[in-house]
Formats: sequence, C-alpha cells, structure tokens
Amino acid sequence: MCRVVDVRRAVLARNDELAKELRGEFAARGTAAVTLLSAPGSGKTALLERLLAASRKRGLRAAALTADLATEHDAVRLARTGAPVRQIHTAGLCHLECELLRAQLAGWAGRDAALLFVENVGNLVCPAAYDLGESLRVTLMSVTEGEDKPLKYPTAFGLCHAVVLTKTDLAEAAGFDERAFTENVRSVNPGVPVVRTSAVSGAGVDALLDRCAAVRGRPPAHRPAMAAAGGDGAPPAGGHGTGAAGRAAHRGTRGRRRPRTQLTGGRAEFAPARRAAGGVPADASGLFQGQPRRPTRLPPGDVRCGGGTAA
Amino acid sequence: MHELSIARSVVERAGEVAREHGAARVVAVRVRVGELSGVVAGALLFAFEAARAGTLAEAARLDVEEVPARARCTSCRAGFSLGSPPSLCCPACARPAADVVSGRELEIAAVELAEPQDVLEGAS
Repeated sequence: MCRVVDVRRAVLARNDELAKELRGEFAARGTAAVTLLSAPGSGKTALLERLLAASRKRGLRAAALTADLATEHDAVRLARTGAPVRQIHTAGLCHLECELLRAQLAGWAGRDAALLFVENVGNLVCPAAYDLGESLRVTLMSVTEGEDKPLKYPTAFGLCHAVVLTKTDLAEAAGFDERAFTENVRSVNPGVPVVRTSAVSGAGVDALLDRCAAVRGRPPAHRPAMAAAGGDGAPPAGGHGTGAAGRAAHRGTRGRRRPRTQLTGGRAEFAPARRAAGGVPADASGLFQGQPRRPTRLPPGDVRCGGGTAA
Repeated sequence: MHELSIARSVVERAGEVAREHGAARVVAVRVRVGELSGVVAGALLFAFEAARAGTLAEAARLDVEEVPARARCTSCRAGFSLGSPPSLCCPACARPAADVVSGRELEIAAVELAEPQDVLEGAS
C-alpha cells in the first residue's frame, strides 16, 4: 500500500536557511551586503567600478564579489580600484546560491568590509528566486534594454529594494521613454526608489552609494510588496510560500485550481497549463487586446495608477 | 533554466523523506509552483525526468499544482488577481499599494511512498 506524507517544505528551504545565517553574520560584522541583479551587458561592472572608487573617496571600506560562468575579466577590472575583489565562477550555474557565496566569504579579507557588493550572474530570471542574505537588493536596467523589461521580468524588478537605471547618458540616442519605464516599475513594485545613473558621467553614483551605506545595521527603507507572500518578512526573496499568508491564500483558492501538469510513466505529459513552457500564456488575449498597458500621465505625487485585473 | 537545480532539490528531498519513513521508493511528488516563483511547470517536469534517474524517485510521478498570484490592497482591502503581466495596482481604488498573498510558492507539498512489500508484490 502506498502512503502520502505531508511535507510542506519550500524547495529552496536549504538556501533560505543559509540566507538567514548569512544575514545574521553580515549584521554581526556591521557589513551591508548589496546584491546587483541585471541582464548581461546592462552595466553592472562599470557602475560597480564607480561605486568602489566613490566608497574609497568617502573612507568607506568596500569589497566586491563578482559572479560569472567564465573569465576573470570583471574581477581584474574591479581590482584596479584597490578594493578587495573576488571572482566567483559558477561552473555553468545561471545564478548565485548561498552555499557558493558562503564558500567564497570564508577566510576572505573582503568579508569584513563595511560594504560588500555582490554582482550576480547576468540573468533577469533565475537569480531573482534566491535569497542571498543581502541587506539591499538592487535590480539594474540600462536605457537600451526597453521600457517594458520590468513587466517581462516581474520577479527581478518586483523583489528588489531599489531599481537602478544605467547608461542614462545614452537615453536620448536610445529614445528611452522614462515615464513608461517608471510606470512599469511602479506596477510590479509600488514605491520602490529608482536611481538614475551613468557610469560615464558619474551621475547618480553618490545617490546610490548613500542608499547602500544606509542599510548598515538598518533594514532597507523600502519593502517590496511582492516579498509579502510567505509572510516571514525576510528581504527580499525569503519565504517561498510556506508562511502563514501563503497557506491562507492556498485555502482560499481551493475549488478553482489551475489544471495540473503531470509526469507519468517515464514520459512528460503536458496538460493544457495556463502558461505553456516557452510559449504564450493560453489566456494572454487580454494582454494583447483588452488591456494595453500604456503609460498613464500622472501629476507629480499622485499615487493612483492604472492596470490590474479585477478578481 | 534553474529548473534543473530546483528538480534536483525536489528529488533529493523526496529521497530523504522516503528514507526517513523506511519506504522502498517514491511513487509521486506533489509540488506547488506559484505564478511568481520564476519556475515554469513544463521546464520543471522536463528537468525532473533527468534529475530522478538513479534515485529512489526513479519512477516517480511529478504533480505540479500551479498557484495563481493574488494580492490584497493595503488601502481598501480588496483582493485581486495580479494578472499577466502582473500589476500591483488595486483595480478597485487604483492605488499602487498591495501585498502579494499568494503566487510565490515553490514548495514540496507531499510525497507518495511505496512500502517495501508493494515493490515485492509488483515484482512477482
């Protein structure tokens, strides 16, 4: 006879536990750990060069870990600032996990820095799911990437404490619609601060550094609404749905569950799930026809917004 | 494509549960995947097939329950679906202030195990 064991454990529970430990260790050492998440080529490393140089000028001890699948190019560039720098090779892994991060921190001089920057693998999907014990998670996007990226990668932009716009010196040439971008950011992460930067002119670097330094020994000023699910309050990716809020919501959705997708008899069988793998969601018609998401013209300070789907 | 890491974690945990309960093998694993978890069900099923090879879950079925993303407005308390692309602006009062109450789930809900005698019966 078969029996069913109730498990109710987050798949990433091990990472979440390690993140909690790391967060405690950072706090005990007085280190503000700042993670940088973005697509490849959005300018994380160039901005980080500026941030490390600006930290040095302020007499703020900063260090950096930079993750890539291969090469030491970023570490070489960053080390020129004089800051302790380490390259993490993820050996093909598309994101950083706590275990990898912790192994790099062990016995390294940079771990005691006042500001520890962690540059994640260039990827707007996978890294968003992993809590790294950071004090501040920053998601970056360059003006050449398109204003709708926050909508296309909602967890990357929805789970961060600050959004940084990079390469603003190219905004005009790229025809960047900043109002549409801000609207889209606000849609997935209401109230999140947006910092405009340029690694060429240095614009916005000090403002960003202020935000990074402000989380030393203090929680970030902004709490992402998306992080509320799970209910454990850990920033920003903590709690993959085993919290009280998640369970309550689970009870509330009974009777109207999505079709299940099953793997049986050694072969994958795909039920008509709402979101087909790699394809267009089956119910995406509203996205393309019914409710175009266009930037709403808002007077400064107005907190109202458009969009959303009625229950 | 971090679904392979996720699938490995699922297989690993299911194997631990099987060993803890003295089971012969894992028959099925039920996972709950939120709309905002960043995990695609189809990709997870594909990865699971690779990850389960040579483990106690070698012949296991993976049931994926997809959990819709819902939020509650912090101003008017209205509950609403986030939709796709997701919007955290309340459709009732149009204020950009809401807490996500579901949709980030990525959890192993249950593991179905076969007792040692089941395996013997199945073999005879």
